[in-house]
Amino acid sequence: MEWEVVIGLETHTQLQTKTKIFSGASTAFGSEPNTQACVVSLAFPGVLPVLNQEAVKCAIKFGLAVNAEIAPRSVFARKNYFYPDLPKGYQISQYELPVVGKGSMTIQVVNGDKAYEKVINITRAHLEEDAGKSVHGAQEGMSGIDLNRAGTPLLEIVTEPDMRSAAEAVAYAKKLHDLVQWIGICDGNMQEGSFRCDVNVSVRPKGSDKLGTRREIKNLNSFKFMQQAIEYETSWQIETLEDGGTIQQSTVLFNPDTGETRAMRSKEEANDYRYFPDPDLLPLAISESDISNVKADMPELPEAMKARFEAQYGLAHYDANALTSSRGTANYFVATVDAGSDAKLAANWVMGSVSAKLNAEDKEISESPISPNALASLIKRIQDGTISNNAAKQVFEAMWADEGDVDSIIESKGLKQVSDSGAIEAIVDEVLAANAAMVEEFKAGKEKAFNALVGQAMKASKGKANPAQVNEILKKKLGG
Amino acid sequence: MSLNSADIKRIAHLARIEVSDTEAEATLTKLTGILGLIEQMQAVDTKGIVPMSHSQDVTQRLREDVVTETNQRELFQSIAPAVKEGLYLVPKVIE
Repeated sequence: MEWEVVIGLETHTQLQTKTKIFSGASTAFGSEPNTQACVVSLAFPGVLPVLNQEAVKCAIKFGLAVNAEIAPRSVFARKNYFYPDLPKGYQISQYELPVVGKGSMTIQVVNGDKAYEKVINITRAHLEEDAGKSVHGAQEGMSGIDLNRAGTPLLEIVTEPDMRSAAEAVAYAKKLHDLVQWIGICDGNMQEGSFRCDVNVSVRPKGSDKLGTRREIKNLNSFKFMQQAIEYETSWQIETLEDGGTIQQSTVLFNPDTGETRAMRSKEEANDYRYFPDPDLLPLAISESDISNVKADMPELPEAMKARFEAQYGLAHYDANALTSSRGTANYFVATVDAGSDAKLAANWVMGSVSAKLNAEDKEISESPISPNALASLIKRIQDGTISNNAAKQVFEAMWADEGDVDSIIESKGLKQVSDSGAIEAIVDEVLAANAAMVEEFKAGKEKAFNALVGQAMKASKGKANPAQVNEILKKKLGG
Repeated sequence: MSLNSADIKRIAHLARIEVSDTEAEATLTKLTGILGLIEQMQAVDTKGIVPMSHSQDVTQRLREDVVTETNQRELFQSIAPAVKEGLYLVPKVIE
């Protein structure tokens, strides 16, 4: 039987606020344990939550970025459960009336040799508070609790079960990861837990419109693990069903060492969170003017910028897409063009040499040793014929290694292209004299011999001759 | 909707409240009474009425995103039963 996998994601994004969602305690990462745990984080009796306006702004930004409905009135609810990292005995979240409603995102998927676009529907996004952290090993038989993270604002973003492969799920997660950083609501640091994905996976016979029983893979903190976990989970579910077994709805953890998913020890009973509206918090009202104020502060969104790159600079869809994958890349490209570079050449350099170097050195584009201005000055030297494309690659390497500016590198490495037709003519004459056999072949109709002669001429000029001119002069001489 | 004493035990467990068998019987009677009241209320036609999420007809005031809390760990931990290296210690939690 042919199977189809159905995937939906729930992503917890930590919002980039200075303080917690319901108190004025700092949210800075990496501080000494419990030094940022105030009375609200610790759930002292009698304390009351007061909502952080910045967290609300972040939620509105996200809603606008995915074309979602932003609720004029949303409600905070208590999600009740007991765990030591949650001293109140409930998490303040949103249940029936979330701040962000239905929206959507277009993703670009590359799966094997297929590349396509797909719309992923967002079900909702709601504000909630993060829990603290349990630390093991501080003392035998005990767990240590650090409540610095307790109360950090989260936006939980939930999709419809719209994805049909690990590749689609990862493409969505990456796109979302780019987007939340683009609009500046989350730093996207997966190692520090700022962006955590729970993936719901189920399988069903292809063609069926009924959903299978799902298992939820918790807390995936890298895209690589997400891919592996989904692939393993999918084959496990298919095998189980083909062997006549059934899937129990459960939560599973991914073990990066073995590449396997494993069900968490099932709790004695199913979770029953007994949600109810939190009487400590009034309904959150968001007016049209609140929304337009946030809108005025928003950067140009990737989709809009992509369309603009295509229209304004004549870039291909694929290129425009790649350049708007992150705000840093897009800004770098725009700055290069603004500094006088041809847009298509700038696009090729940013997506080619610059991004290859950044990848190799595991750097962000903001850390590039070559500034947009410097890149533009290099491209201008290609445009005005001073250097060839090949020479430009050498200059680029030297600039990356901080060996000086474009012109001094061209000078010191002697890479200036020879465009003096007298000099090139002399070289071509030499080559023709030394390669009489090739000239004969060409005259006998062998087109390939022409390219060989161009190669010889380029070699004779040590690669410095302007190839277009070599071609032209050679053609003239052979034709005459 | 009718409850039995197993439901009472389960609800008590979810709330981490210890309930003896005798107490469970008494609680069963009380809770059944409350559910009866709710049943009566549910008979009222509420079509077109927005569910009330708070008793006061006002909306949430928002706070500026400014740090106002200082580190008072020492003070707060002075009343904790067990602490070590800045952590609150609790019986071991296993997932």
